[in-house]
Order: sequence, then C-alpha cells, then structure tokens
Amino acid sequence: MSESKPLPVVDFLKIPEDGDPYLEGYRCKKCGSIYLGERNVCSKCFARDEMEVIKLSDTGILHSYAIVFRSFPGIDVPYISAIVDLDGGGTIKGNLINIDPDPDKIDFNMPVKITFGDALGRKDKEGNSYLSYFFEPA
Amino acid sequence: MSDVYVMGVDMIKFGRFPDRSVPNIGAEAALMALDDAGLGIQDMQALYCGNLGQANAMVGQRILQEIGQTGMPVVNVANACATGATAFREAWMSIKAGMYDVVLAVGVEQMGKGLLGGAGGGDGIPKEGLLGSGTMPCVFAEAGMEHAKEYGTTFEQFAKISVKNHHHSTMNPKAMYQIETPLDEVMNAEMISYPNTKLMCSVNVDGSAAAVLVSEKKAKELGMKRAVKVRASAMASDPYTDRDLVMPDVNACTRLAAKDAYEQAGIGPEDVNLVELHDCFATAEMLHYENLGLCKDGEAGKMIDEGHVELGGKVPVNVSGGLLSKGHPLGATGIANIYEVCTHLRGEAGKRQVEGAKIGMTHVIGLGTACGIHILEKTN
Repeated sequence: MSESKPLPVVDFLKIPEDGDPYLEGYRCKKCGSIYLGERNVCSKCFARDEMEVIKLSDTGILHSYAIVFRSFPGIDVPYISAIVDLDGGGTIKGNLINIDPDPDKIDFNMPVKITFGDALGRKDKEGNSYLSYFFEPA
Repeated sequence: MSDVYVMGVDMIKFGRFPDRSVPNIGAEAALMALDDAGLGIQDMQALYCGNLGQANAMVGQRILQEIGQTGMPVVNVANACATGATAFREAWMSIKAGMYDVVLAVGVEQMGKGLLGGAGGGDGIPKEGLLGSGTMPCVFAEAGMEHAKEYGTTFEQFAKISVKNHHHSTMNPKAMYQIETPLDEVMNAEMISYPNTKLMCSVNVDGSAAAVLVSEKKAKELGMKRAVKVRASAMASDPYTDRDLVMPDVNACTRLAAKDAYEQAGIGPEDVNLVELHDCFATAEMLHYENLGLCKDGEAGKMIDEGHVELGGKVPVNVSGGLLSKGHPLGATGIANIYEVCTHLRGEAGKRQVEGAKIGMTHVIGLGTACGIHILEKTN
C-alpha cells in the first residue's frame, strides 16, 4: 500500500496531480484586487461575479515581520512571522525560515521565495500529513 | 438633537477576581456610576451592556438581577476590544435619537491569563507557528515593524512608551499596577514577540466601568457642575486595504473615525488636552499618535523622545497608565477610558491631573476591526 499524499495546509495551496505545488489567488477583473481563497464579490470595488482564478507568484519581498519568542504551549520558538508582498500582487503571511531570528540579520524589502514542505510533522486526527508553504531568503 | 452629557461615571480598581461572576463585577461599577450621578437604577430608562467573554449570556440582564429589575430595555453588545465604547455609543445614540433622557452604559470583563489570539482555526492541523503567528503580541509587533520599516522607529522608542505608561500608573490608585519600570527593565524583560517584551504587552485583568448618560434637559435639571459634554462619538470599521487578509489594519479605521470625531466636535487635534488611546501593546500606541493626528506622519518617535505625550507634555497620552499598566479588561476598557478623561475634565484626577484640561479624547480598537472614538468636554 502506498503512503497517502499530503493534504494542503490551507485551501489556497494547490497540489496538482502532475506538477509543483503553488498558491492560488482570486483576482477582481474590475479593479485588480487579489484575494486568498474563493469569493464572488470584491470587497474593494464591490463588483460581483468578476473574479478570476490566478496562480500567485512564488517570489516576493518582505513587508513586515515579528520574531515570536512566546507562543502557545507545544509550539517551537523562536520563529519569524513574516508578511510578504508577492511579485505581481497579493500578500501572504507565513514563517520565514533559513535565516537567523535576529533583527540585525533581517532586512525589510529583502527578496524571498516560497518553498513547499511538510508542515513541521503536524498531523490531523486521522493521521494525515500536510504540505505547507514557507518563505526563505531568495 | 439634544446634546448628551455624562452625569455619572466610575470604574472599579482593576484586578483579578476569579471568585466573582461577570455580572457581579459589572454591577459594582454600575452602582458606583449611579452614585456618582446621584441617581438610582429606577431612574434609568435603558441599559447598554458591553461584554465579550459571555457575549451570548445576557450579562446586562444579570447585572439588573443584582441591582434592580425595573423592566427597562437592555441591549448586550460585543465588538472585540471596542465593546465598551460601543455600549457607550449605543447609549449616546439613544439620547441623540430622542428616545430617552437617562440611560446607563456598563462595560465588564473577566479575563484569563495568557496569550490572546492564534493563527487559523477550523479543520486540519494547528496553523500557529506554521503560517506565522496570530497571537496578539505578534500581530501588533508586525504592525509596529511596518512603522519601523517606513520611518526607522527603534525598539528603544517603542519601549519608552511602556516606561511612560507605567510611570503614569504610579499615580492612579485604580490601575492594576503602580510600579515604575525603567527603560532597561522594559527592554530586558522577557521577549514575547520582537519588538514587544512582556512589559510592552497589556495586562489581562478583570474589571468594570460604567457611565450614566443624560440629555441636556435632564443635565440642567440635575445640575451641570460635574457634567461632561460628549462632543463626538465616532465609530468605523476597517475599509479595504491591500494587506487586509493577513494583516489586521488598525490604522485606516482609526483615521476614519478620528476624522469623523474631529468634524463632529468642530475641533482639531491641537485642541485636545489629553488622550486615552488603545495601547494594547507599546507598538500600537506609537501608530496612534499619527492616526489620531497628534503629530504628522513619521513624527511619532519624536513625540515619545521629546516627552510631548508625558504628563506635563503638549498632549499627555494614557495618564491612567493605559492598558499596559492600568490593565485591559476587554469589554470594560472603552468606558474606563471615558472615566479617566472625565475625571481630568472634572479636575478630580489628583496627582496625575492634566492641569487645565478642557477637552479630552478616548480611542479603542477591536481587531476585526472596530474603532471607537469619543471627544469629551468640560462644561464649566
């Protein structure tokens, strides 16, 4: 019996049958606003039924971050919680990895790329593994 | 439309009361506010009650079960950390609308200890620490770091805000803590989410505050001596911004509500003598100097460096000690800050009195997002 495929950690992470994982966005054809996850109405320009599905870029720049030293019990610290503006539009939040959690080492606007990997070994009640996304310095 | 006055207002000393019930804590402030107004529960025409933790449990009615069941209409409101301000504003609107002449607003909360917030819920696996952090110290650290990116704001400048507010609280007997915290102590305290150390995070406490609001007609009847006029009551939700989905925006809605409040009052930020603003984290207070127009964009760091926001400065901010040291019982906060400003306008703030205060402002932010702002004025 083959091991079951990992599940996506969020709905907007797509895992194609034949190809690399990617993040999916919804873009308003009227005003260009980009959303994560499916929706029909644009909350910026209020247009209805004008959404198109797009593949989000896997590169971007670091907009802001914080270094988390205290989290909920059982969560490994420290880690960098990062806000990344994607090239071509869209903003996502995630862990910035492969860089010291030290403000002197982290530059605003530094280029980052999105990588995909196992969700830190976390499994759901049924024992399923998950695929997550991470940022790392480009 | 009638002008609206605060005729009675008070808060309990914030603390931890695990053996009391939420309505019991709320009832105490309600009675104090009634006493302050020289009125009884039988004089109230309606009650607006703010509480978050038991939002589905009829806290307002349960307060009346402790202090007097007159049959008056009761509305329970929940609006994150803007809950108390929302209850006050609903009370204000009911008088503005001409429905009532005397109403009571109560805000109350009983908090646990520990971190609030958390990233992602729902199905699957926990997202905290996997897709960043949704803990409140982190969310507000990210908002502060946005300011640091734009203007070069430093860890030390953020920390100075906490030094100031803790200092102010040494003069406020109703604050949770009355302890000086020098800069090195703030900066060397346990780091929670850089740049917020433990002493730069608001204190989870239990507390309640209440206000009796009256119409002008009723205020004249009762005597204007200690009445405080509500010059503006503004509320905004977060308008669309590009990073909304991942970064709760506390700036845009504060700017919207502030603009509305200044227009209602017909004044500008330069007319405000003291401000109680939402310092849930030291990083947050920094942002609101600019959001409320107390200084130009990019000058917030200078406001704290040059002492303009200290007691004795140009526009003292959070002379109560703020959420950082007075404490932050979520549903009570938006009325407790009105109590603080009224106390100064009445000239009754003792050692922390802002001398000659005529106009004061209160501000709260509930993530999600709700911003409530009130402008209050001394009547004589």
